[in-house]
Amino acid sequence: MRILLTLLFLALLVLGVWTFTDAHNHAWWLPPNVSSYGGDIDRLFYLILWMVGFFFVLTEGLLVWCVFNFGRKRTTKADFTHGHHKLELVWTAVPGLLLLVITFTQMQTWAKVKFKSNFPDVKPICEVWASQFDWRMRYPGDDGKFGTVDDIENPFEFVVPVNEPILFNLRSRDVIHSFFVPYLRLKQDAMPGMVIPVWFQVEKEGSYDLVCAELCGWGHYKMAGRLKVVSRAAYDAWLKKSKEEMNSNGSEDKS
Amino acid sequence: MSQATAIPAHDPVRQGAHGHAHDDAAAHHHPIYDYDSGPPVDRAKFAIWLFLATEVMFFTGLIGTYLVLRIGTSSWPNPENRLAVPITAANTFLLITSSWTMVRALHAIHNGSQKGLIRWLGCTILGGATFVSVQVFEYLELIHHGSLPSVDIFWSTFYAMTGFHGLHVVVGVIWLIAIWISAVRGKFTPQNYLRVELAGLYWHFVDLVWVLLFTIVYLM
Amino acid sequence: MRDASSTAHAAHAAALHPGLGAPGTVHEIHEHHEIGFLRKYVFSTDHKVIGIQFMFTGLVFFLLGGLMAMAIRWQLAWPWTEMPVVGRVLFPNTGRVISPEFYTMLFTMHGTIMIFFVIIPLLTGAFGNFLIPLMIGAPDMAFPKLNMFGYWAMIPAILCVLMSFALEGGGPAAGWTAYPPLSTIEKAAPGSMHGQTFWLLALTFVGASSMMGAVNYVTTIVKMRAPGLTMMRLPLSIWGLFIAALLQLFALPVLTAASIMQVLDRVLHTGFFTPTNLLVNQMTPESAGAAAGGQPLLWQHLFWFYSHPAVYIMVVPAMGFASDILSTHARKPLFGYKPMVYSIMAIAGLGFIVWGHHMFMSGMNPALGMTFMVSTILIALPSCVKVFNWLATLWGSRIHLTSAMLNALAFVAMFIIGGLSGIWMASTPVDIYIHDTYIVVAHFHYVVFAGSVFAIFGAIYHWFPKMFGRQMNETLGKIHFVGSFIFTNCVFYMMHQIGIAGLMRRTADPYAYDVYAHLQPLNQFISISAFCLFAWQIFFVVNLFHSIFWGKRVGRNPWNACSLEWEAPSPPGHGNFDKKLTVHRGPYEYGTPEVAEDYLPQARSI
Ligand code: HEA
Ligand code: HEA
Ligand code: CUA
Ligand SMILES: [Cu+2]
Repeated sequence: MRILLTLLFLALLVLGVWTFTDAHNHAWWLPPNVSSYGGDIDRLFYLILWMVGFFFVLTEGLLVWCVFNFGRKRTTKADFTHGHHKLELVWTAVPGLLLLVITFTQMQTWAKVKFKSNFPDVKPICEVWASQFDWRMRYPGDDGKFGTVDDIENPFEFVVPVNEPILFNLRSRDVIHSFFVPYLRLKQDAMPGMVIPVWFQVEKEGSYDLVCAELCGWGHYKMAGRLKVVSRAAYDAWLKKSKEEMNSNGSEDKS
Repeated sequence: MSQATAIPAHDPVRQGAHGHAHDDAAAHHHPIYDYDSGPPVDRAKFAIWLFLATEVMFFTGLIGTYLVLRIGTSSWPNPENRLAVPITAANTFLLITSSWTMVRALHAIHNGSQKGLIRWLGCTILGGATFVSVQVFEYLELIHHGSLPSVDIFWSTFYAMTGFHGLHVVVGVIWLIAIWISAVRGKFTPQNYLRVELAGLYWHFVDLVWVLLFTIVYLM
Repeated sequence: MRDASSTAHAAHAAALHPGLGAPGTVHEIHEHHEIGFLRKYVFSTDHKVIGIQFMFTGLVFFLLGGLMAMAIRWQLAWPWTEMPVVGRVLFPNTGRVISPEFYTMLFTMHGTIMIFFVIIPLLTGAFGNFLIPLMIGAPDMAFPKLNMFGYWAMIPAILCVLMSFALEGGGPAAGWTAYPPLSTIEKAAPGSMHGQTFWLLALTFVGASSMMGAVNYVTTIVKMRAPGLTMMRLPLSIWGLFIAALLQLFALPVLTAASIMQVLDRVLHTGFFTPTNLLVNQMTPESAGAAAGGQPLLWQHLFWFYSHPAVYIMVVPAMGFASDILSTHARKPLFGYKPMVYSIMAIAGLGFIVWGHHMFMSGMNPALGMTFMVSTILIALPSCVKVFNWLATLWGSRIHLTSAMLNALAFVAMFIIGGLSGIWMASTPVDIYIHDTYIVVAHFHYVVFAGSVFAIFGAIYHWFPKMFGRQMNETLGKIHFVGSFIFTNCVFYMMHQIGIAGLMRRTADPYAYDVYAHLQPLNQFISISAFCLFAWQIFFVVNLFHSIFWGKRVGRNPWNACSLEWEAPSPPGHGNFDKKLTVHRGPYEYGTPEVAEDYLPQARSI
C-alpha cells in the first residue's frame, strides 16, 4: 500500500517533468514567436519555468520521499521537534531572493511593451475597433485623421508592414474585448470609453490569427480577425488600392 | 488567558444563548460550560464593533466609487445648482443633534433615570424620523422635476450615496423604537442598559457617515 | 475559582444579584422536555447541526456545479455535437446541442456555484460552524440565533441563483466576474435579462450569510476560548477560519456595495459602470434612457478587491485543516507553529493589496500594474514558508496513510502546483501572453479543486467520527482518493499545456482557429478524464451515506488526537462538553517523551 501510494505521488512529479519537457513535440506549447519583443517574454517565461520547476521537483521530491520513508510501520515515536529557527530563515530568505530576481527581471520588458514612454514615436497606423463580434480596422485617409469621411474601413483584416514599429489605437464600441495575437505574445483589452495605444513590430511576413480573449457575449468564441503582415511595398499598394476604392464608392454615391 | 470578566447575568445575548440552551436541554443533565476569554468587552459589544467595521467598508466602497467617478468626470455639475443645500444643512444639524440626545439618553439611564431615558430616546427617534422625512421630501421634489437616477452620473451617485445612508437611518429609527418600547416597559436599569448602548453606537456611526456624505456630495 | 461547582455558584450569584460577574459561567440544567424534529434538525440553533446543514447544502451544489463542469467538458471536446441522454431533455429546441448562449451561462454558473455555494460554504459554513466551538472548548457560537439566520440567508440566495438559471431569457452570461458593460446592458447579452439581476441578488444574500457567520466566528474565537487556551495555542484550523472570517468582514462589504450598484445599473438604469457613447446593437444606453459616464474598470477594482481576498478565504481554512490532519496522522508536532500562524496573517494581509493582478491587461495604468506585480510575487513567500513547514512536519514523522492523511498530502502536493503557476501570471510580461488562457484555468483549479477540495475531503474523513460518532470506510476512502488524485491531475495538469499553446478561456469552440485546431485531441483526453473524475465520486457518496448509518462506531478520540474537540463525546451532545476543560499546552504534542503514549492532549494535566 505504502509503495503504491508513493508511486502515485511520484507519478505526479514525473508527469510534471514529462509534460513540460515533451509537450513541444506535440505542439502543446508556445506557438512560434514573430514579434520583436515576444522573444523577451518567452525568455522570462522560461526563466520562471526553470525556477518554479526547481522548487516543484524539490518540494514534490521531498514529499515523495517522506511518504516512502516515514510511511513505514515503526514502533518508535516520531522525532519530537517544534521547529527550527535557522531552517525557517533559510526557506524564507532563499526563495525571497529568487522572487526578487524574478520581480526585477520582469519590469524592463513590461515597461518596454506597455509604458507609453517607451512607445516608438510613429503616428498611429490605424484605429482597431472591437465590437460584438468582429474587428474593424479604420485607417486614416489622406488627411491622416481618424473619424473623417476619407477613412478606410477594413473589416476582419489588420494589414501592417513587416519590420516596422506599428502603433495603433485600440477601441471598443460596446463591451470589453481583448486584442490577442498568440504569435505576437501580445494581448490588450479593448475598454469601452478608453482609447488605448498599443505597439508591436512583426519580423516575419504572414497572416496570423487575431482572437478576442475577453468574454464579450455569446459570440465571443467566433470573434475572429486576422493580422496580415506584408512587405512595405505591398502595404503601400494595398493602401493605395483601398483608397481608390473608397473614392470611387464615394463618387458613385454622389452621382 | 481567559480572565474573569463581569458579565451581567441578564445580558440579552447570553440570555439568548441560555434561552435556547434550556430548550434543547433534553437528554443531557451535565452543566453547560461557557467560558470567557479575550479582552474584557461584552460579546455583544465586541460583535457590534465588528459589524460597524463591515459598515465602514461598505461605505468606503460607495464613497470610493463616488470620488473615482467624480474625479474621472471632466465637468461635474456644481451641487449648489442642483441640490437644496441650505435645507439639507439644517437637516444635517438635526441629525447631529439627535446624536447628542442619544448621549443624553445613555447618561439618563446610567444615572438611573427611566424617565430621562424615555424622553431623550424619544427626541432621538423624532430627530431621525424627521431627517428621513425631509430626505424623502427632497427626493419627491427632485423626481417631480425629472431628476431621476437614470438622468446622468451625478444623479446616479447622488441617489445611491444618500439613499443607502437613508436606509441605514430608517433601520436605526426602527431599532431605537424597539429600544424605546422596552424602556417604557422599564426593561433597563443602571446596571443593565447594554442594548441602549449598542443601538447608540450604531446611531452615532450613521450620523458620522452622514457628515462625511454631506460634505462630499453637497458641499464639495 | 476555576472548578465547576464554584463557578456554578458564581453564576447563580450573578443571577440573583444582577451586575455580579462570573469567570466562565456554568448553568445547571435540570428540566427535561423533548423538542420536535423541526426545532432539532431544521430550525436548529446548534452549531453542529447548522454546520452539517451547510455541509450537505454545499455537497449537493458541488454535484450541480460538477454536472455543469461535465457539460462544459463535453462542449470543449466535441463542440456542437448532440449530448447523449441529457441533450434530449435539456436542449430540445437547440437540436440537443449546447448553444453558445448556454455555454456562457454554463461556465458562469459553474464558477459562481463552485465558489459561492460550494467551497466557501463548505469551508467556513460547514467546518467553521462545526469546528470552532468544539476546538476552543465552547458550548456553542457566541450568537446561536444569528448563526441560524446565517444558514437561512442561504435559502434566498439558493432560490435566486437557481431562478437566474431558469428565468425566461436564460441565466447570467457574463462570467463569474460579471464585467460590465456586458453584465449591465441587457442588450449586450440578450440571454441574461433578469438572470444577471438575480445572480447579483444571490451574491448579496450569500454575502449576508457570510457576514453573519464571520461576526459570529470572530467573536466566538476571541471571547469564548477555554481557560488556558491562548491564541497561540489554537489549532491552525481555527487560525485559518479566524483569518478567513476577518477577510470576509473587511472585503465582502465592498462587493456587496458593488453588486448593488450593478443591480441599480440594470434596474434603475443608473450609470456607475456604463461609459459614454457606447453603441450596443445600434443603440446607445443614453438613447435608451439610461445614465452614462461611468467606468467599467471601476467594477473590476471593486470586484477584485473582494474576490482576490476571496480566493484566500477559499484556501486559508483548507491550509489549517491540512496542517491539523498532517500533524495528527504523522504523529509529529506541526513544524514551526508560529511561522505557520504568521504566514497565514501575511497571506491575508498581502491579499488586500494584490487585486490588480487580475487587471494587468485591462487598460489599467501599467505603472500600477508593476506595483501589483511586486506585491503579488511577495505573497508567494508566506505560502513558501507554509509548504516547507508542512514538509518539515512530515520529515522524521510516523505517517499513518489514512484516507484523511492521503487527501491532506494531496492538498500539499497540488497546492504547490497551483501556487507555482501563480508566479507566471504574477509577472506582468508573461501574463500579457497567458492572461485569460487555460493556464489561468489550470492555476485556479489546482489551488481550488486540487487544493481546497482535497483538503475538504480530508477534513470530512478526519472529523466525520466527531460529526456522526462513526468512522468512514477506509478502503472505500482509499479507492476514492487514488482515483480522484489520478483523474484530477489528468484533467488539470494538461490544461497548462493547452494554455501555453495560447487557448483562451470562455470559448465555446476554439477549433475554428488554426492556432488551436490541433488542441482538440488533448481536450478530448481532458474531458474523458473529467468524466471519470466525476463518476469516481460515487465511491465518496456511497461511503458518506453508508457510514452515516452503518459506519464503525468510534469513541471520543479515534485518531488519538490532541485538540479539544476530541475531549467531547462523538457526536457531542448539546453544549458539547460534559466536563470542565483547562488547557495546558499547544495542540500538537505528538510523540512527546513526557508520556508513554505518542500524544498528549491539550486538556490533560500531568
Ligand atoms: C484558492 C484560490 C487561489 C489561490 C491560493 C491563489 C494563489 C495565487 N494566485 Fe491565483 N487565482 C485564483 C485562485 C487562487 N489563486 C482564481 C480563482 C483565479 C482566476 C480568477 C478568474 O479570472 O476567473 C486566479 C488568478 C490569478 C491571477 C490572474 C491571472 C490572469 O487572469 O491573468 C494571478 C496573477 O498574478 C494569480 C496569482 C496568484 C499567486 C501569485 C498566488 C500565490 O498565493 C501562490 C503562492 C504559492 C506558491 C508560490 C507555491 C508554494 C511555494 C513554494 C513551493 C515555494 C517556492 C516557490 C517560489 C520561490 C516561486 N492568480
Ligand atoms: C471554485 C471551485 C471550482 C471547482 C471545484 C471546479 C471544478 C471543475 N471545473 Fe471549474 N471553474 C471554476 C471553479 C471551479 N471549478 C471557476 C471559478 C471557473 C471560471 C468561470 C468563468 O470563467 O467565469 C471555472 C471554469 C472552468 C472551466 C473553463 C470554462 C471556460 O473558460 O470556457 C472548465 C473547463 O474545463 C472547468 C472544469 C472543471 C472541472 C472538470 C471540474 C471538476 O473538478 C469537477 C468535478 C466534480 C465533482 C468531483 C463533483 C462530485 C460531487 C461530489 C463529490 C459531491 C457529492 C454529493 C453529495 C454527497 C450530495 N471549470
Ligand atoms: Cu470580443 Cu470576446
Ligand atoms: Cu488574485
